[in-house]
Amino acid sequence: MAVPALARPGADDPSGADEAGPDLHGASPRSWRRAFHDIRQAIAQRELWGHLGWQDIKQRYRRSTIGPLWITISMAVTAAALGGLYSQLFGQPIGTFMPYVTVGFMIWYFISACVLEGTETFIANEGLIRFLPAPLMIYVFRTVWRQVLFFAHNVVVYVIVLAIFFGQLDEPYRMINRMADGTQGVLHPGLSWTALLAIPAFVVIVANGLWVTLLFGIIATRFRDIPPVVSSFMQLFFTMTPIIWTPDLLRGGEPGSARAIVEQLAKLNPFYHFIEIFRAPLVGQVQSWTHWAVVGVITVVGWALALIALRNYRSRVAYWV
Amino acid sequence: MVSIDVQGASVDFPIFDAKNRSLKKSVLGRAGGRITDAKVPVVEALRDIDLHLQQGDRVGLVGHNGAGKSTLLRLLAGIYEPTRGRARIRGRVAPVFDLAVGMDPEISGLENILIRGLFLGMSRKEMERRVDEIAEFTELGDYLRMPLRTYSTGMRVRLALGVVTSIDPEILILDEGIGAVDAAFLEKARDRLRDLVDRSGMLVFASHSDEFLVELCDTAIWMDTGEIKEQGPLREVVSHYKGRDLFETLSPETLKRIGRERAPVVDDEPARS
Repeated sequence: MAVPALARPGADDPSGADEAGPDLHGASPRSWRRAFHDIRQAIAQRELWGHLGWQDIKQRYRRSTIGPLWITISMAVTAAALGGLYSQLFGQPIGTFMPYVTVGFMIWYFISACVLEGTETFIANEGLIRFLPAPLMIYVFRTVWRQVLFFAHNVVVYVIVLAIFFGQLDEPYRMINRMADGTQGVLHPGLSWTALLAIPAFVVIVANGLWVTLLFGIIATRFRDIPPVVSSFMQLFFTMTPIIWTPDLLRGGEPGSARAIVEQLAKLNPFYHFIEIFRAPLVGQVQSWTHWAVVGVITVVGWALALIALRNYRSRVAYWV
Repeated sequence: MVSIDVQGASVDFPIFDAKNRSLKKSVLGRAGGRITDAKVPVVEALRDIDLHLQQGDRVGLVGHNGAGKSTLLRLLAGIYEPTRGRARIRGRVAPVFDLAVGMDPEISGLENILIRGLFLGMSRKEMERRVDEIAEFTELGDYLRMPLRTYSTGMRVRLALGVVTSIDPEILILDEGIGAVDAAFLEKARDRLRDLVDRSGMLVFASHSDEFLVELCDTAIWMDTGEIKEQGPLREVVSHYKGRDLFETLSPETLKRIGRERAPVVDDEPARS
């Protein structure tokens, strides 16, 4: 019998019959079984959140003539303006700096939108949560999927920038020639097939977007002070993360000097590592595996925390919204 | 087998922003659940609900505003999992609550039909197959291509009812909002709802309208300050609740119809364990 996924939690699997199907109703609301059931149900209903995510984008540009193309245009304008300005401020060649800023912005937009809209995910879907029985993860997937679609629009800008500046990127280059101590800047190898590493990097970043949305979403639903706090911190992190400046600029300070301390502090910023695993391959820069290691640890710890939150507070979200 | 089993279930809402604690003293009136004296004030929206419903039950829910009718419906729909006790729901649930919610005013009726259906567990293909049938039932015609914000309340009710009745739900949960449709459509909806209940399911319906209750339900639950005050045959319970005979105010046509279509309500056996 082709019965589609059923709504939470009236959802005894009809094909499994009473004995074979998971008897979730006997399970306490705070159980792993229910938490994982929620995730499975949400994955089964991917048509729903897939549609809702598209809807969100179309919604934003409803009745505008060129619609979602505005996403691409605004990204292009930002990249051109900031790339142009900062390359001159820092005295860096525009041919390599422009792609660097473009890719940095692309992925930063994605990450910061996951964090910012993630905290609002259940609050924004309050109406649906209170009136329709559905797995909680639906709203998490919807929020992150929307960001993925935005991101896809921005990839176009990267392709254009790459087409323009390919000549400067496919050979070894330096972002800056002289570091603070007078030595030469880091020599980057230029674009190669390692660019494909950006794909697993993006997958990992999406996986992190999911746990961030889930965990922050639950916390922010309970404590409504969280969204404004998070948004002011994201502002701070944007400045602290090498997006419109390059890490070389901080290198070369004498041990104990303010420059060296700031350089160490910059490495404590988790966003730095996320940006780096995605950006370095796409602009042909050297990449340290420590970034991947840091991201890996954050992914595992983050998901563990988010799953615990899902288990313990899944059934409470409807009460809190 | 469609059934709902609720045992000793309570639903407590923590009210995090209620700074004014003296509120609790002033609200112990007839409206609303009891508010407790804790660090975070808690509204006991439902207390110790015991309920057993099975296939074929058509239950009307009556009570004052804030007596817990909507909360009970949401408990039965699985939206709220009980704070204490347990609720065991077997069967595909289709709720119709506040009609503005879960519908996007900016998109067309057709797209809203699709989203509603997806929420209720259908696939896109299944909904595409049903769209014509829903369009016909709702009688909205070309209007379905218009954004939902141009719809009247009654038209929204038609849409919502069209969707939930088309997907063969086993447990249909309706809140009072459906009163906005006109008499002709109501007649159509009533036949369809009754059909549905006879075929596979169960109906739980909260309403203040005698006509609706008589048309759609045969038993009733009287909710009062978060508890079930009385449960039994429709006429008996509603008459106790209203303090007068339920049939007193009904139009002769309604009485004739229910008299013709099934045994007088007063003879119905209460369907519960």
